[in-house]
Amino acid sequence: MTRRSHLMLLMCSVGLVIASPSEAQNGPTALALSCAACHGTDGKSPGAIPILAGRPAKELKEALTGFKAGTRPATVMNRLAKGYTDQEIDALADYFSRRK
Amino acid sequence: MTRITRRSFTAMAGAAAGASLAMPGIAFGAGARIAVIGGGFGGATAARYLKRLDPNLNVTLIEPSAKFITCPFSNLVLGGLKTMDDITHGYDGLTNGGVRVIRASAQGIDPSAKRLSLSTGTAVPYDKLVLSPGIDLNFGALPGYDQAAAEKVPHAWKAGAQTLLLKRQLEAMADGGTVIIVCPDNPYRCPPGPYERASMIAHYLKTKKPKSKILILDAKESFSKQALFQEGWQAVYGSMIEWLPGKAGGKVTAVDAKAMTVKTEFGDQKGAVINVIPPQTAGEVARAAGFAEPSGWCTVDVNTFQSKANADTYIVGDAAIAGQMPKSGFSANSQAKVVALAIVDGLNGRKPTPPAFANTCYSLVAPKYGISVANVYRVTEQGLVSVEGGVSPIGQPAQFRSQEATYGQGWYDSITMDMFG
Repeated sequence: MTRRSHLMLLMCSVGLVIASPSEAQNGPTALALSCAACHGTDGKSPGAIPILAGRPAKELKEALTGFKAGTRPATVMNRLAKGYTDQEIDALADYFSRRK
Repeated sequence: MTRITRRSFTAMAGAAAGASLAMPGIAFGAGARIAVIGGGFGGATAARYLKRLDPNLNVTLIEPSAKFITCPFSNLVLGGLKTMDDITHGYDGLTNGGVRVIRASAQGIDPSAKRLSLSTGTAVPYDKLVLSPGIDLNFGALPGYDQAAAEKVPHAWKAGAQTLLLKRQLEAMADGGTVIIVCPDNPYRCPPGPYERASMIAHYLKTKKPKSKILILDAKESFSKQALFQEGWQAVYGSMIEWLPGKAGGKVTAVDAKAMTVKTEFGDQKGAVINVIPPQTAGEVARAAGFAEPSGWCTVDVNTFQSKANADTYIVGDAAIAGQMPKSGFSANSQAKVVALAIVDGLNGRKPTPPAFANTCYSLVAPKYGISVANVYRVTEQGLVSVEGGVSPIGQPAQFRSQEATYGQGWYDSITMDMFG
């Protein structure tokens, strides 16, 4: 086999890796990573702040939507959630529901 | 032409396929060398998240101290609520996570050769550099306040020996003394920090030396979380804390450590204990490499925190000019993650992950009395700005303030875990 054909095959496999939809859709967003500073790495809070990891996406979405609308009482999250788009809320809920 | 055997090719392809199944997207980033200077909130977070996002990267963290003492919560040490041990963290979690930790200081950066020289004499070559050097105290800025003066009049703005020096001075002070806190103009590390410090010193004095006073001499006309602090001070400490804004005689123009006085436009003020928080700049290593502008701080592209002076260098934390984001540990942590994503996306030829930033900062007015500021930041046509957020409301019941104090502790537990594993 020639070096060229080998390289092409390797590059094909690299191309597949880049196009992998799971990575594109489930990679963490910058917003999701910022949550860890209060909620712990991957949402696994070790202390007084609620754990996000593994909670149902529906529950997380309801909470964030409620904070954003001001209908759910909070100390901090009502101020932060107003800065998230609805699409980001869906992505955050999905992301943290998948952390185990 | 080089020939490749069927067996070796199958093995290589198999390895590539195996790697892509286990860790999608590592192909181009494999083996890239990332050097991170500074093991604080920005640097430790960047090192940890680079390795988490792409386990094949070679990540080296360069930090001179064996352990890191956090500035956040160091005011609580002054208040007697925490010990130094409580705010001291080791790097074992980073090492266990695959980060190579070198105990040395970076003495020089050669951006064209992409090489660092360390205090140990070793050279560290890199492909990408993350700089999180923190601050240097600008000892030339306030006449009379230099390194020697700081041994008598502590700054305690880098947690450690200076924190303990200030604490010992407070303990040695007679009841009825005046503690002076000198605050700089913006920008500086931790905007609400001086006022939390006044609160924690007041907590100590109220308990042990109730006739004493605290005088805050401020170069500014207003300060972070001002209404919340002033409401809390009034409620908890009565008239113990007095704050003088710049135009009302708060601006300090010189320090006399020997006489224990500070000079203002309205005359001299004498303190039994004086804490001078001087003006600051980005850490020396960043300035020496030419990454800082004349103000002493480093300009970055706020989408990625890539240095405007060098494309292979990223600068996070207090050293960077980060639009409306405050110089806080949370900001540094948030910026470091954007940098880790930018580096990993770039090395892997992926579309850049859109940046988003947050900052939440708790201050303690008293043991069960917390206040906060929380913002979401985005890059807009106006630069890196707060799009939502603000301070917690005033006029809240004790239960609310107690909850904020509890969450402040929760924040500390989470962010230190996020940095150090």
